[in-house]
Amino acid sequence: MKYKSQKIAYYFFALALLLLVLQIVYGFIMGFARIGYDGLHEFIPFNTARAVHTNLLVVWLLTGFMGAAYYIIPEEAEKELVSVKLAYVQLISLAIVGVIAIVGYHFNYWEGRKFLEIPRPLDYLVVVNVLLFLGLILATLYKGKKRTTTAMVLTMGLVFAALLYLPGMIWFDNQTVDSFFRWWVVHLWVEGVWELILGGILAFLLIKLTGVDREVIEKWLYVIIGLTFISGIIGTGHHYYFIGTGSIWIILGGIFSALEPFAFLAMVFFTIGMYRKGEKKHPNKIALFWTVGTAVVAFLGAGMLGLAHTLPGVNRYTHGTLVTAMHGHLAFWGAYAMIVFAFITYVMPNLTGRKLYESTNGKLAFWLSNIGMFGMTAAFGVAGVAQVYLERKMGMEFGDVQNEIKVHFYVLIACATLFLSGVSIFVWEFIKYGKPNDEALITENGIEE
Amino acid sequence: MMLSKKNAKVFFFGGTIVTFAMFLFMSYATLTNEVPKRTHEENLSAAVIEGKKIWEENNCMGCHTIMGEGGYYAPELTKVFERRGEGFIKAVLQSPSPWQPRGRKMVAYNMSDEDAANMVAFLKWVGEMDLNGFPPKPDYKSTINK
Repeated sequence: MKYKSQKIAYYFFALALLLLVLQIVYGFIMGFARIGYDGLHEFIPFNTARAVHTNLLVVWLLTGFMGAAYYIIPEEAEKELVSVKLAYVQLISLAIVGVIAIVGYHFNYWEGRKFLEIPRPLDYLVVVNVLLFLGLILATLYKGKKRTTTAMVLTMGLVFAALLYLPGMIWFDNQTVDSFFRWWVVHLWVEGVWELILGGILAFLLIKLTGVDREVIEKWLYVIIGLTFISGIIGTGHHYYFIGTGSIWIILGGIFSALEPFAFLAMVFFTIGMYRKGEKKHPNKIALFWTVGTAVVAFLGAGMLGLAHTLPGVNRYTHGTLVTAMHGHLAFWGAYAMIVFAFITYVMPNLTGRKLYESTNGKLAFWLSNIGMFGMTAAFGVAGVAQVYLERKMGMEFGDVQNEIKVHFYVLIACATLFLSGVSIFVWEFIKYGKPNDEALITENGIEE
Repeated sequence: MMLSKKNAKVFFFGGTIVTFAMFLFMSYATLTNEVPKRTHEENLSAAVIEGKKIWEENNCMGCHTIMGEGGYYAPELTKVFERRGEGFIKAVLQSPSPWQPRGRKMVAYNMSDEDAANMVAFLKWVGEMDLNGFPPKPDYKSTINK
């Protein structure tokens, strides 16, 4: 690392990984409930487990993005973070709000709006926290020597993500209008502005790992995020097919959301292209694994599995079934979890000064978690497709169908165990690196680049 | 291809502004023309709104789906009023012990008469929306002559 203040990133990553492990625990609670082992029902009913599972996902990913931003922005702007102390305040308050929210879910303290279950009073604290974060990032950029495209795209993504949280905080009497604006947050996050954050982090990693000229990488970054927005904004329409919002969305939502995979396809060509083009190969091979893996798995999970059920004729049958869970798992893993893993893998040697570039454990973590997640996706997919045919075509009762497809949840749990073992090895490696230290500081001509 | 960085930047900002403007226009048209008609906003009574509050306060969509949105752990409820009727819905909501059809447990809400009535009003209102043919009606018919 080049700036002392970049060390703060480490603590964000530590929190992110802790929350991820907790997220997986709640995933197991739900998996076991689905095969009939619901001994925790009285304390952690399914809706609590689900709210915790999905909210922890959002929070740990955002924590990871924030950590990445605290590392990237000083380096790109060539300026120490304006206040490390305030960054710690932001981290600790984020953790506190998160803990209150998660504990509250166990005591019916929530608002039952999928993905946005955080109750309104806590929403305001989230807003304050995010404003503090953005303030630190923007002030650093403003005072910095440089404003690179990479830094600007990343920052733009973070600012838009904060702005888009607001429509989710308004109360509407009409369930349809409520849902309409809920998707402004959820869809425009994950299929919109989060992809700017993903693109920014990816560009930074490619610049560092491949040595390709920044101008070339940033040019293609614009093309990719351009494709993302052009398809993704009106692609929001694929959530508006069947919620009482009119037929125009069936046509335009269908067309534009079918174009969404192109952004991810472009990302694959971009990442692999830059990797091939790069003259110098960075010794941190595992970081390259995760970086290229992000693009490929995001294309498969977000792009192709999204396309699989986005056309209105298909979606009429798959909407509201486990098919969505299939797509959701691989999409979030590929596009967002893996980029955070890639970034952590890249920065740990730089933060700690320990150049553990080649390790069997690192590769094991990559393959076990990915194979596990592909297996989980397949299990959800088979269960979902079976559900569609039995329930929506044959007219079987919901509960009877659920008992028929129970067997796929045994497979799910087996694959999830594989996934967890991969993640555990990753976390173990993270712990083994130890804490960041100033001895890892290097000069402009250091070997880090 | 000789695309310059400047061109790429114009592509990004231009594309974003044009599609976002289209999106805002469509959203406006939807919210002013379509939604009031399709959701029968004139039937949005105090009971329905109260029902929506109860629906949210208990995170019902953490297990159930409504208009296809929710948790996939428990039945789709968009057409539950039509399918099960008022008496059945009230019995489930007012049950003092976990309702568990086919082994899967629901939280025991033990609701008051008033809350249960508000929930029924909400679910009835949702069931009357025009949702472009969702949920689809099962259409399998055996081809064996009986």
